[in-house]
Amino acid sequence: MPKDGGIGASSKRREDVRFLTGAGNYTDDINLRGQAYVHFLRSDVAHGTLDNVDTSAAEGMPGVLKVFTGADFAEVGGIPCGWQVTDRHGEPMQEPPHPVLAQGKVRHVGDPIAAVVAETREQARDAAEAIEVDISDLPTVMDMKDALKDGATKVHDDLTSNLCYDWGFVEENKGAVDEAIKNAAHVTTLELVNNRLVPNAMEPRVAVGDYSRGTDDSTLYTTSQNPHVIRLLMGAFVLGIPEHKLRVVAPDVGGGFGSKIYHYAEEAFCTFAAKKLNRPVKWTCSRSEAFISDAHGRDHVTKIELALDADNNFTAVRTETYANMGAYLSTFAPSIPTWLHGTLMAGNYKTPNIYVNVKAVFTNTVPVDAYRGAGRPEATYQLERVIDKAARELGVDPIELRRQNFVTEFPYATPVAVEYDTGDYNACMDKLLEMIDMSGFDKRLADSKAKGKLRGLGVNCYIEACGIAPSNLVGQLGARAGLYESATVRVNATGGITVMTGSHSHGQGHETSFAQVVADMIGIDESMIEIEHGDTANTPMGMGTYGSRSIAVGGSAMVKATEKIIAKARKIAAHLMEASEADIELKDGQFSVAGTDKSVAWGDVTLAAYVPHNYPLEEIEPGLEETAFYDPANFTYPSGAYACEVEVDPETGKVTIESFAAADDFGNVINPMIVSGQVHGGLAQGIGQALLEQTSYDADGQLLSASYMDYAMPRADDVPFYDVDHSCQTPCTHNPLGVKGCGEAGAIGSPPSVVNAVVDALQRAGHDVTHIDMPLTPSRVWQAMQG
Amino acid sequence: MAQVKMTVNGKPASGEVEGRTLLVDFIRDTLGLTGTHVGCDTSQCGACVVHVDGKAVKACSMFAAEAEGTEVTTIEGMAAEDGTMTPVQKAFQEFHGLQCGFCTPGMVMSAEAMLKDNPSPTEAEVREYLKGNICRCTGYHNIVKAILAASGQDVSNIAAE
Repeated sequence: MPKDGGIGASSKRREDVRFLTGAGNYTDDINLRGQAYVHFLRSDVAHGTLDNVDTSAAEGMPGVLKVFTGADFAEVGGIPCGWQVTDRHGEPMQEPPHPVLAQGKVRHVGDPIAAVVAETREQARDAAEAIEVDISDLPTVMDMKDALKDGATKVHDDLTSNLCYDWGFVEENKGAVDEAIKNAAHVTTLELVNNRLVPNAMEPRVAVGDYSRGTDDSTLYTTSQNPHVIRLLMGAFVLGIPEHKLRVVAPDVGGGFGSKIYHYAEEAFCTFAAKKLNRPVKWTCSRSEAFISDAHGRDHVTKIELALDADNNFTAVRTETYANMGAYLSTFAPSIPTWLHGTLMAGNYKTPNIYVNVKAVFTNTVPVDAYRGAGRPEATYQLERVIDKAARELGVDPIELRRQNFVTEFPYATPVAVEYDTGDYNACMDKLLEMIDMSGFDKRLADSKAKGKLRGLGVNCYIEACGIAPSNLVGQLGARAGLYESATVRVNATGGITVMTGSHSHGQGHETSFAQVVADMIGIDESMIEIEHGDTANTPMGMGTYGSRSIAVGGSAMVKATEKIIAKARKIAAHLMEASEADIELKDGQFSVAGTDKSVAWGDVTLAAYVPHNYPLEEIEPGLEETAFYDPANFTYPSGAYACEVEVDPETGKVTIESFAAADDFGNVINPMIVSGQVHGGLAQGIGQALLEQTSYDADGQLLSASYMDYAMPRADDVPFYDVDHSCQTPCTHNPLGVKGCGEAGAIGSPPSVVNAVVDALQRAGHDVTHIDMPLTPSRVWQAMQG
Repeated sequence: MAQVKMTVNGKPASGEVEGRTLLVDFIRDTLGLTGTHVGCDTSQCGACVVHVDGKAVKACSMFAAEAEGTEVTTIEGMAAEDGTMTPVQKAFQEFHGLQCGFCTPGMVMSAEAMLKDNPSPTEAEVREYLKGNICRCTGYHNIVKAILAASGQDVSNIAAE
């Protein structure tokens, strides 16, 4: 029986009414009295020296308040990077400066050169066109391998080369891995590209800076997944504003997928300019601008080798990856190809020897950072593709090859530094096989053939590390932040509760699911609980939402704070009933004395806390409000098994997704409806990566796919109804809810099964095709079929 | 600058606009009806769909001046006076057809127009119609399901929640 409330219930989302009726409050809906508008003049050249920026004509244009250039930011800090990676020789990564507005050089198309603030948006845009910029073109640095050659043009003149770092993991294992590969019965090698993607949250970024001269307070309204992080980075490292004088508000945010984690130059600009001009300054990004200024994702070029013994046991994995950083280091960029990628290279398998080498490279492209999955899709894709290739080379069933090598005993310490607490990979695979009707495949294949189509089935597994992360661990790994989460639970006199969380919801439905947890713990109706997030002025310092961490880390903080509330409420209830605290039981919102018919309601206790006439004042304080910070003991490890069936049109190479099934283990599930929705969205993004989405630069560094006319977003007719299941549940052992996180799974797990399915279809039709790089566009598939 | 007059959500609306002012900017900036969203600048995403004289129109694809004398309905004009949502809006909530909510107003306005023209569409027809509305969150599963449900069709055999 489905539950009708609390943990495990598919409660309808309370957010929906405002979004469905046009009453949402997104950042672009915020307009402040006296607001001015900024338009950024961006480089249309990928690499060049900035010889002259003449703003004089623009300054005389109607409505123009001020034109800012890099010179105005000479005394201001640059955009900081939040993670320092140490290379395989023990040296810190090369970390170039990242100015708010270009200083001396432009390094990618979209690099902001100047900013016009005017009375209206149109006046700002018109004046920006009157700025005269002289740029001397420099040779572009586009290909990562070329960028590392001796004598290559440097993106940053002050660095020794375009190499950000050369990372080896685990460096001490390299010799053993090389040896295992040398001695293997079989080695399968695969070279592949994990295509660069543009996250494309549907809401473009917006920033509104505000300043009060009377109080010297600055406020930034911004489209962020983590307002406290922006406050810290911008306040401490860029503008020098202490946190108590800086408020950051991220109201309703229209999707993020990683791209709204980072601190962007436009946020710092609007905050800075508002103070300079003593007026609110608003920036609304256009989609065309978003393509050349939002951080991109993925962009790895990888060679992976999988070694097997004579019994087809995996004995070693060795990888070499080139990871594109773009022109500057975005906030968490260095951590993505390293700690969020290398640590996942064991996958679901007990491979004893693993060595991962990653060379991070600067190029004249938009910075690259986390995008849904962030390093884990890259790990999963290469591993699950090479396993599939190995199965085909060895003539064994790809599912059985996986099963044979599954980790089956937990906890399991991988050779890449993480310890999986729980999982049951066979159970997920069993569930998947139940879902996909394997026995009917031959008939479906024949039906497709009768229509003149090819058909293929692809399967893969995935594991991810979520709930980032133990602060002391990530500190050792180079993070320049803690990764705890916080919650304040404020109980009101009449029993209603406001929870202020450091997590942020931008589509995930926290206002509903977080309320379910607190309602369940106390035994009251969900409608009595309100979840507040997104404003540093009224929420405790939190690290925000990314890496599928909200319920695992933020939810845990909320549980801890609610436990404190319940503990105090029990003391009050014991006093009211003149009973021993040890005898007090809480059930369905009633405190009762065990073994008696004495009870007081939740509302009686909360009222007593705020009207403490009959109250143990000598023992406890009045009021009922508690804060907790929760720092996780480990990552969580969701896992799953996915299957995709495709049809391929041999005439055109067009691939159609006929079915997609996902069997996930997320541990305990708070709201199954929301969890399914998260998987659906991830699957569409993964299918988009596999079939449609490609970020294309030409040799001059021009972004060719810079609009929805050119960048193929998945649309409703590109995807099928999905079959998703999360009934395989091995609860996380180290957080109080036993939850693992579900936000990224679909995007991590789906690309390999799509590609595996297409390769399967082509091989069944007699084509000698072992790999096609994503996206599997009709032309790529057709060309592969032509040999 | 020129004066434009139209009816928006049943009420007279007017304002000064430049020749280049788009209908969507007039709706958002002049009228303050911020439920209509702007998700792109190439008339691809559909976040700004409104009804102009009963037809679904991307409000970024016409100038405000072109809407002179028309009847415009935005997402704010869909629910009843007392707040009761339309069957399409209710189905979006019931079947979790939205996540971040940004594309939602355009999705709802497109779905309403579709069902007016085709009261009982097939899945393929719904997907075809929605090609002009991009959603990055839902993978479309629950949007398509919600629209089929709003049309009165049984969706209980469609997988998952």
